[in-house]
Amino acid sequence: MTDTAPLVRFVGVGKTFDGRAWAVRALDLDIRRGEFLTLLGPSGSGKSTTLAMLAGFETPSVGDILLDGVPITRTPPHRRDFGVVFQNYALFPHLDVAANVAYPLDVRGVARDAQRRQVDAALAMVQLDGLGARRVQQLSGGQQQRVALARALVFSPRMVLMDEPLGALDKQLREHMQIELKALHRQLGVTFVYVTHDQSEALTMSDRVAVFDAGRVQQVDRVDRLYEAPASRFVAGFVGDSTQIPGTVAARETTDPPGTLRLAVGGAAPTLRGVDAEALPVGSAAVGCIRPERIEVLTAAPADATDTLAARVVDRVYFGDHLRLRCALVGLPDAPVATVKRPLDHAAVANAGASVWLRFPPAHLRLHA
Amino acid sequence: MTPPAVDAPTLARAVRRERRRRTAGGLLLVAPLLVFLGLTLLLPIGTLLARAVHDPQVATALPATAQALDAWDRVAPLPDAARVALQRDLLAATDDARIGGVARRLNGDVPGARSLVMGTWRALHHDPAAAGFDPTAPRAAALEAFDARWADPAVWIAIARNAAAFNPDDLLAAVDLRRDAQGGIARVPADESAFGRILARTLGVSAAVTALCLLLGYPLAWWISTLPPQRAALAMIAVLLPFWTSVLVRAAAWVVLLQREGLVNQALIAAGVIAEPLALIFNRTGVVISMTHVLLPFMVLPLLAAMRAVPPTLMRAAVSLGSPPLQAFVRVWMPQTRAGVAAGVLLVFILALGYYVTPALLGGADDQMLSYYVARYANVEIDWGMACALAVVLLAATLVLYTLYRRVARDTVLGA
Repeated sequence: MTDTAPLVRFVGVGKTFDGRAWAVRALDLDIRRGEFLTLLGPSGSGKSTTLAMLAGFETPSVGDILLDGVPITRTPPHRRDFGVVFQNYALFPHLDVAANVAYPLDVRGVARDAQRRQVDAALAMVQLDGLGARRVQQLSGGQQQRVALARALVFSPRMVLMDEPLGALDKQLREHMQIELKALHRQLGVTFVYVTHDQSEALTMSDRVAVFDAGRVQQVDRVDRLYEAPASRFVAGFVGDSTQIPGTVAARETTDPPGTLRLAVGGAAPTLRGVDAEALPVGSAAVGCIRPERIEVLTAAPADATDTLAARVVDRVYFGDHLRLRCALVGLPDAPVATVKRPLDHAAVANAGASVWLRFPPAHLRLHA
Repeated sequence: MTPPAVDAPTLARAVRRERRRRTAGGLLLVAPLLVFLGLTLLLPIGTLLARAVHDPQVATALPATAQALDAWDRVAPLPDAARVALQRDLLAATDDARIGGVARRLNGDVPGARSLVMGTWRALHHDPAAAGFDPTAPRAAALEAFDARWADPAVWIAIARNAAAFNPDDLLAAVDLRRDAQGGIARVPADESAFGRILARTLGVSAAVTALCLLLGYPLAWWISTLPPQRAALAMIAVLLPFWTSVLVRAAAWVVLLQREGLVNQALIAAGVIAEPLALIFNRTGVVISMTHVLLPFMVLPLLAAMRAVPPTLMRAAVSLGSPPLQAFVRVWMPQTRAGVAAGVLLVFILALGYYVTPALLGGADDQMLSYYVARYANVEIDWGMACALAVVLLAATLVLYTLYRRVARDTVLGA
């Protein structure tokens, strides 16, 4: 087995709890050795069920899970050697911090003094040195999560699984912990599988992200690819903000540049050029998706109206480090709202009610079914 | 914004005033309950405690005698004033029921005292002159002249004891102790002692019932805690069913089931398990079986409450950390239910200590618990002092056990 072979493979895995609805369907997913993989999706998308099957808490209804090429589909969780961190920490309240962290070593029959050394090292790793004698109830939420992390790492597991571990923490602590988790992953080199519904958390920490929706993986990719080149309208909408403009594919360009599509958006508005993300046939309905920072704002009607739509500023929201303009595309049916991100000192920031023109650069407008 | 300038004492006063107002409001809300408890719980218990060491029956019926005997040390010769006072008291007593009660009470201490007192009282009221009494100016010697038994100091000691403001005899008897003639405290001879055995029996039966309830209740509560809500509610109804019928009906049902020709014996014989019917009733077995049945819900309810509060992820965490399911259950899940076990054990044991009806109906003569004897002394023997003394012993035993238990529980149960 080479190092490039995946650590875990899901092969055609499906899970149904009631025999009718699929919580996870036809899942094929590779987890690479040493990567930080995040399973991202809204609640009920199947990400937590996938993690539960990987941990062994649930058994797949169909398909197989392979660990280093060996099926572990029916291996009970206590023989899998995976560290698991839960959202509610799941610390053992009748044990002190050190005994919690020592638990996996104790059940593996590690000698007392070796246990103590490893526990001290694990607590130092999560910056809880000297708190071993505390009761877990005496710790703050952030500290409890660190103990849970130390407990999941202390026995050198083959993989660490985390189910929304930062969900119960406040925003600042959560962001701090994200950085620490990322650093810990780099330092240890152990494979992390992380479940979250928070797309910014996924983007901050992960090497790769698997986006789940309705029991299916929509896209597995590097975070930058996921953001810049989402594979579907769901991914474009779920990961990061995006403005969606409905229309019809009017034509396929051959020269300008080749392969781009022209999107007819209705009314008297001109067509927009965009990237063909899903091999759409001419004449089909499509939605053009674009990130807020890619839209250009013009305060006067441009001489060349290509890729430009007239709009009216609905409101402007102050974000501290930037402004967001919400602009109604007045020329279009139902006047869809476009979100535009602008720097604070941008001279041409318009007030609510002002007329503007929004230009959608063809390289960044992606057309989805 | 700076707060208005207020000096520290003023601020402290304001905080105290606010706190007082809140306390007063709370007291007002619980005041009706406190009054109710005072009248229905604290007052009767206080009376009961007092009754155990002081029985006013003799003192109120024979006030002058009580006063005259108060100074007597029970070793020196009896003062003549006491003999005179007794005649005056008996003459003044017109209610024969009241004197009858006194006579019965004294008879408990000195056999024959009843006929002595009643005979003297009758003679004084019917034809005192014929019996040698002078109702207008009682003579000290007249008593012994009428009945020689009045010369026995034991009778007078009995009167003195029962008329005294503090009489620990009943309380001592309840723990198998007694005062000898000199007032020293001595152990009752083994063949006469009874209450020590009864107390031990009461504790033993309660402990057995508690253990059995825990043994049966723990798996049951665990099973119910794993059920989906609707089926759990159904199972709870089955557990609580015993509460819906009276204790008497349930006891009668157990008689039907457990008697020699009862369903249980018939079924066991039919199944070939036993050849002869087992003695399941009117003995310790019957008492323990039926008390366990009655008290099981009191074990299951606190256990279930504790088990429902255990987060399900704890088991998952333990298993993911390398524990096989059984080990995870014992090492991680079961310790979380300790508070429930503690509450259930305490509840069942203390309830069992006071059980009366079930042992009375389903037990034999040797299976009666302390409360049976409390009822017996109160209703049959009409000896309130003894009944109260036994009740005090039961109360004290319960409090001592509770204190011990709290200490043990604090060491083992988290956050208690």
